[in-house]
Order: sequence, then structure tokens, then C-alpha cells
Amino acid sequence: MIGADLAILTPEIVLSLFAMAGLMAAVYTSKDGLAPALTWGTALLFVIMAFYIGITGEGSRTAFDGMFVEDSFSRFAKVTILLSAAAILAISQDYMSKAGLLRFEFPMLIVLAVVGMMLMVSAGDMLALYMGLELQSLALYVVASLRRDSVRSTEAGLKYFVLGALSSGLLLYGVSLTYGYTGTTQFAGIIAASGGEMSLGLLFGLVFILAGMAFKVSAAPFHMWTPDVYEGSPTPVTALFATAPKVAAMALFARVVHDAFGGVVGDWQQVVAFLSVISMFLGAIAAIGQTDIKRLMAYSSISHMGFALMGLAAGTAVGVEAMLIYMAIYVAMNIGTFAFILTMERDGRHVTDISSLGAFASKEPGKAMAILVLMFSLAGVPPLLGFFGKYAVLTAAVDAEMIWLAVAGVIASVIGAFYYIRIVYLMYFGEERKGLDGRMGLATYVGLIAMALVIGLGWVPGINLFGIEGPAEIAAAMLTR
Amino acid sequence: MSVADFTFYLFALSLITGGLFTVVSKNPVHSVLWLILSFLSAAGLFVLLGAEFVAMLLVIVYVGAVAVLFLFVVMMLDVDFAELKAEMAKYVPLGGLIGVVLIMQLTLAYGVWDTAEGVELSTVPVGTPEGAGAHNTEALGLVLYDQYFLLFQVAGLILLVAMVGAIVLTLRHRVDVKRQNPVAQMMRDPAKAMELKDVKPGQGL
Repeated sequence: MIGADLAILTPEIVLSLFAMAGLMAAVYTSKDGLAPALTWGTALLFVIMAFYIGITGEGSRTAFDGMFVEDSFSRFAKVTILLSAAAILAISQDYMSKAGLLRFEFPMLIVLAVVGMMLMVSAGDMLALYMGLELQSLALYVVASLRRDSVRSTEAGLKYFVLGALSSGLLLYGVSLTYGYTGTTQFAGIIAASGGEMSLGLLFGLVFILAGMAFKVSAAPFHMWTPDVYEGSPTPVTALFATAPKVAAMALFARVVHDAFGGVVGDWQQVVAFLSVISMFLGAIAAIGQTDIKRLMAYSSISHMGFALMGLAAGTAVGVEAMLIYMAIYVAMNIGTFAFILTMERDGRHVTDISSLGAFASKEPGKAMAILVLMFSLAGVPPLLGFFGKYAVLTAAVDAEMIWLAVAGVIASVIGAFYYIRIVYLMYFGEERKGLDGRMGLATYVGLIAMALVIGLGWVPGINLFGIEGPAEIAAAMLTR
Repeated sequence: MSVADFTFYLFALSLITGGLFTVVSKNPVHSVLWLILSFLSAAGLFVLLGAEFVAMLLVIVYVGAVAVLFLFVVMMLDVDFAELKAEMAKYVPLGGLIGVVLIMQLTLAYGVWDTAEGVELSTVPVGTPEGAGAHNTEALGLVLYDQYFLLFQVAGLILLVAMVGAIVLTLRHRVDVKRQNPVAQMMRDPAKAMELKDVKPGQGL
């Protein structure tokens, strides 16, 4: 019996074994000398696993009495997570070796974090959810303070750890209340017990769980940790934070509200809509005064999470589909942007000051064009892909008769466009000063240009968003059936 | 009031007292001692529920290891608790307000206690395993290594991450530290270990 269950978990098991084998291999041979090979090996394995999951996965299967769910929704999320983590590892290699941070534990911790994310999106039980979440978070706390001699990096790790523990406490309290009022931790049992009139205690549990998860997706008002952690962590780690864990947490959010609380949509809809509005506006307004591009990306991610939550707030299959498309596009934009941020250098030192971008376009017109595409897409300018992501969530909100939410989203989007366009302005019309002089490695260059092309050409009729709409629709239908 | 009731109230009372004094006592060492009392009372409550395995775990792991570790930390670390307290005092009114609001809300929630449709409250005591005669520990093992096998393994992965993390963040290889090399020690040739030199007066080596 256990063999059939384990077969469903093949990708997770392979990745865990790889992490252990990699750790052992590096410890017994050349230690950090093996790090480049491990990084590339990990990225390759992620890609292989993504294809394995995408091609072999079929239908909906559960393992361990419904504790682990393998369906089209979890497959969509897993493929996105694996590919984005692989891309981040590939573009971070150069930076890590330059900064002297290329330690063999780094790729292995990322593998374990990814295993945690995969368990999160496949959770069919509150306990499985929590264990996956902790596996992911613990590995991320460590990599946040990877630059252990820097006060800011250790501060980022500690801050993330303390606030993460607090949010886990909130989540666990909600889970215990839910268990108390429904008698089960399984999503299938909760949805059966919570239908119809919802008891007040269960509602409390739901709110605590939502608060805990909102922290993980860094939605306002649970966003306080994001700017500091993004700024303090080593830049590749920041790039990772902005992509794969966000997808995992967002997919987890969708799974919990639909799989466990799908019978009481009205009860969580208003909470999610509130989180969405606050995040969109806070992200858009607070980013205006930022001078550090990593902090700016932190606020940008808060704002984007608000938009993704808007799709979720619709509470419909169309909404979940819009959320998945939005997250996939968001991840692509962030990989491209961070590929550039990773190579921002002046006199051999990494700089993150926005003003250093002044007149960048006159020196490097090709790269500046790529950044322009990415920034305009982040702002949601048509016909770039970022616009289609926003369009999808806004349509979902309007379809669900939440016109006010859609209007708020449009206003926040207009406010947020300011700081993206400011970067473009600085690059093209900013005053000339001693700007960036770093060289781009092959991987970062490919990452930046490829993502800019994806974002810039995804709307062409023949390409049609690279066909992610189909899988996203199937995934959403599976979740909200 | 039966003996079991009396014991319950005794343990419950000492648990709450212990918890309260853990927070309010001035001396941090006393705080830890109060914490140990509350752990022991909680263990007593578990015994009353028939969950003797969990009770023993609480005593062995929490009292035996965790609390003693706390005691060590409190005694060894030179933390200025008076300063911390002064810092805390600034937030007492706000914290108190939040606490009161939370208590009121929870009273509201628990005041309308009812379970959902179709859920039957368990009539068997919590600690009693399914299948008569099965031992507490045995029953736990049956669930843990079967139904919760996945979570058990994931817990192992989490501990692995914790271990790797601790090493990554603290291990430093210093070049100027002389380390013991057992192989070199074993392979050492006693005949070559010492060399006698005849130093003539008035001359160096």
C-alpha cells in the first residue's frame, strides 16, 4: 500500500535524496569546490522534474489517505516553482562566486525549500500544509542570512525568522480552532463539516489561517518583514524570495480557501478582498519614495500579490485561473528584472541604488531596452504580458460582481506605474554620472533577454501567452470543482 | 467531587499559576522554575486523560532537556533583564488592550460552542487507542508510521535543514587554528620524533 503512495511522491523523493546525496558528496570531497557543479546540477534536475511532472502527471491522485494531493492544480504550481527556482539558480551563479558566497549548502538548501514548496501546494491536510510550510520557511531563513558576516543579512534572517515564527503560530492557532470545530484536519473533512451555516469558532479559525498565509505571501497588513528582508538578503536570495515561494504560498492560499473552505466562499471573500486592496495601494504608494532597487522590488511584489489576491477574491474558477496566469507572468518578469539587478556593479562592487541607473541607455541600449520592456510590463502597459495578467484578474473581479475591487485595482495600478516608469526615465533621460560598469555573465544576459522577449512577444496572436491559459484553466477547474 | 476531579483542578490550578508567574516573576531563574512547574502540571493533566506516553515525553523532553537548557541560558548569558523589562513596560498598555480585546473575542467564539453537523463528539477518552488492549505507545506508533508516515519523514527533513542551517551559519574554518590530526599522530615514527643535538658552548645551532 505504501509503495503506491510513495510512487505518487516520486519527484519530491528524488529531490530530497538528491539534496542528501549532494550534501554528503560535497562534505567528503572538495566542499565548496563542488558548489558550481551542484548549482548547475540542481538547476538541471529542477528542469527535468518540471518536465517529468508536466508530462507524466494525469488526473487527480491522492496519497496517504488524502494527505497529499497530486492534481492538475498542484502540477501547474509545481512546474512554475521548479522552473523559476532553476532560473534563479542559473542567474545567481556568477554573483555568488564573485561575492564569495558560493557554498555547497546553498543549492542544497534551495532543493529542500523547493521540496517544502511542492508539499505545500500538494497539501490535502492542515498538518501536511504546516510541515511543508515549515520545511520551506526554515530553509529560506537560513539562506536569507547566508552572508553571515554582514549585519544586514543576519538581521534579515533573524527578522524573517522571528516574524515567520509568529505567523506560523497564528496559522497553527487557526488550524487548532478549525480542528476543534470540525473534528478533522483533512481538507475534505473540513469542507464537508463547514458547509452551510459556519460556526463562529470555525470562522475564527479561518481568519487566523488566512492571516498566517497572508504573511507568507507578504500581503499587507502582514508585509512589514518584506522590505527589510529583501534589502538585507544577498541579491540572489532576494530574487528567489520574489519568485518561487510567492507562487507556492499563493497556490497554498488558493488550495486552502477552495479545498477546505470552498463551501463558505462568502466568509473568506471579504477578507481576501480587503487584503488585496490594502496590498495594492500600500505597494504602489510606499514604493514611490524608495531609492534602493531591492526595496522597490519588495514593495512591487507586495502590490503584485494584491493583484493576484484579487483573482482569488473573486472566488470563482475564472478567478483562480487569472491568479495562476498572473503568478506565472509575475515570476517571468521578476526573473528578468533580477537577472539585471544581480549584475548592477560599479567599480567591481554590487550597487542597488536606483540613481546609478542614470543615462544607462546611452551606454547599453540593448539591455536598457530589455529593462524598459520588463518595467512597462510590471506597470501593466499593453500590449506586454503584464497587462494581460492584470486584465485577467480585473475581468475575474468584474465577473464576480466586485466592481469596486476592480476599480481600486486600476487606480492602484496607475499609481504604481509611476515608479516603474521613473526607472525607465532615469535610464533614458537621467543625468550622466558615474554609472554602472559591470559586465553581464552569459546566464544573466540570457535570463534578462529571454524574459524580456517572453514578456514583449507573449501577446502575439500565434504565441498567445505561450499556451499557459489552457493548463491554468484545467488547474482552476480542478480546484473549484 | 471524585479524586479524579480533585486532581484535575489541582493540576489545572498549578498549571495556570505556573504560567502566570513565569511571565510576572522578577527573577528570570524563578521564571524558568515556574515554567517547569507548569510543564509538570500539564504532564499530570495528560496522565488524567490516559495519555501517559505524552505525559512522559513532556517530563523527559521539556522538563529534562528544554527547561534545563533554558536555565543554562538564563544563568550563563549576561542579559540585562531590568533593561528589557523597562523596554517592555512601554508596551504594557497597548499589549494589555490587545489582550483584553482578544479575550473578549474568544469568549464570544467559545460562548456559542457547537460542533458542525455530522460530527460526533468522541465519547472515548482522548488517550485511549483504537482496538482494546493496545498500548498507548504502540497505538501512537501505529498511527505515526502508517497514516502520518509522510509527515514523519518531512519532520526528518526539517530537522536536517535545521542542522545544515546551524552549520552553515556558524561553522568557520580558521587557518590559524591547530587541529588534531589523528592519522598523522598514529603514523608518527617515534624514532624521528626527537633529535639530539650537541650544542657547543659559545655557538648556536
